[in-house]
Amino acid sequence: MFETPEDRKYQESHEYATTDGETVTIGITDFAQDELGDVVFVELPEVGDDIAQGEEFGVVESIKAVSDLYAPISGTVTEVNEELFDRPELVNEDPYGEGWMLKVDRADDADFDALLSADEYREQTE
Amino acid sequence: MAHRKPPLYDVYAADATFTEFGGWDMPVEFDSIRAEHAAVRESVGIFDVSHMGEIVVTGSDATALMQRLTSNDVSALAPGDSQYAMLTDESGTIVDDTIVYRLPDEETTRYLFVPNAGHDEEAYRRWVDHRDEWDLDAEVRNETDAWAMLAVQGPDAPDVVDTATDVDVTPLSWGEATYADIDGVRSWVSRTGYTGEDGYEILCPSDDAETVWSAFEGDVTPCGLGCRDTLRTEMGFLLSGQDFDPVEEPRNPYEAGVGWTVDLDTDFVGRDALAEIEREGVTETFVGLILRERGIARHGHEIVADGEVVGHVTSGTMSPTLGEAIALGYLPTTLADPGTELSVVVRDQEKRAEVVSTPFIEDN
Repeated sequence: MFETPEDRKYQESHEYATTDGETVTIGITDFAQDELGDVVFVELPEVGDDIAQGEEFGVVESIKAVSDLYAPISGTVTEVNEELFDRPELVNEDPYGEGWMLKVDRADDADFDALLSADEYREQTE
Repeated sequence: MAHRKPPLYDVYAADATFTEFGGWDMPVEFDSIRAEHAAVRESVGIFDVSHMGEIVVTGSDATALMQRLTSNDVSALAPGDSQYAMLTDESGTIVDDTIVYRLPDEETTRYLFVPNAGHDEEAYRRWVDHRDEWDLDAEVRNETDAWAMLAVQGPDAPDVVDTATDVDVTPLSWGEATYADIDGVRSWVSRTGYTGEDGYEILCPSDDAETVWSAFEGDVTPCGLGCRDTLRTEMGFLLSGQDFDPVEEPRNPYEAGVGWTVDLDTDFVGRDALAEIEREGVTETFVGLILRERGIARHGHEIVADGEVVGHVTSGTMSPTLGEAIALGYLPTTLADPGTELSVVVRDQEKRAEVVSTPFIEDN
């Protein structure tokens, strides 16, 4: 029912992380955006800020709910999706694409190993 | 304790997500809050609001009993009329708000009033206790479980409700009600609502709720409590238990901006205290706010001016109509003029905000 692409790894708190070998892209899952409903606000760190695996890095708000965001990996923010400030609905429309939140410099492999595979995450949301 | 379920629960359970509200499991969202909100503002939506209570009061002293326990002048009601009123305690603090209907009845005087979700039993007890204390001739029945309540709201509501009913409901003015059949189900159809749009609220027997709900299927967007909240917030309408609450947010009707529901020429519980408050004036008042910085004000957030906490937000959301963060809350009357600039503290950050008059949008 929900998309859970194989090309990334997942955290129990519904964030994903995917890497092209250089940078890591972070966002929230299709399941999470559906649970939240219409996203109307995101609060994200700034370029240069450090985030730490399992620690809060921001907030996403829908009309009905406020939800903390937890970093799936540790690293330094290299890019923030500022498009979300004007169009937070992109998180609903395309959570794995245009709705991405942060790009972070390449994380430790150990950080990725600690995350759930698509299969494991799917099991959690079923 | 298990939550109460509306009679239509199984009918739409697969299509909606649910939330607990006032002890009831109610649909919060069918499709999306934003889409449902737009349907009500632009065309028409239907809500199941069966979590609202229904208390019926009859008998030769029914008017006297209603008069003693509600803030408005019940004796002004003709059969088929309704009025908005507060239930206050001896100190004038709002316990709940309600709509009081005078039902047409040739045999006796008959009222129906609608307390908020989860307040039906306490209202029933209050009415029975006062009746006994004053030795009045009135029968009081809590019929909450016997009735379903559906709200059909939006600019197209008159058309669709008129099509569904066997009598012409378009001549009803705001607040008026009539009995009408909907697919053979005898219903009480009232031109009232909580959205700021034209519309009707329909009371029908719980056992026949599915018939009435189905009569609107196809033409009307099913809506949940999520957009009911954004719609009423855009209008600045009070939510019981949130914008006022006898324990968490004790407020009198003058502070809450509903002094117009108080008739001091009637004798009701809280009247004397309210007469004094009215004479002396209030120091705090209910206001609307718009955030001028990115962020969303929510229930409980502090309002600050010049570094001092001066008030707090009681309701706040992103307005789907305006695309701006709007909020309701209480401020000192000295800071309540539209245009006053202050801040709302959102997660330890001050966000600039401005006092504005309500409703936030044009009243239809």
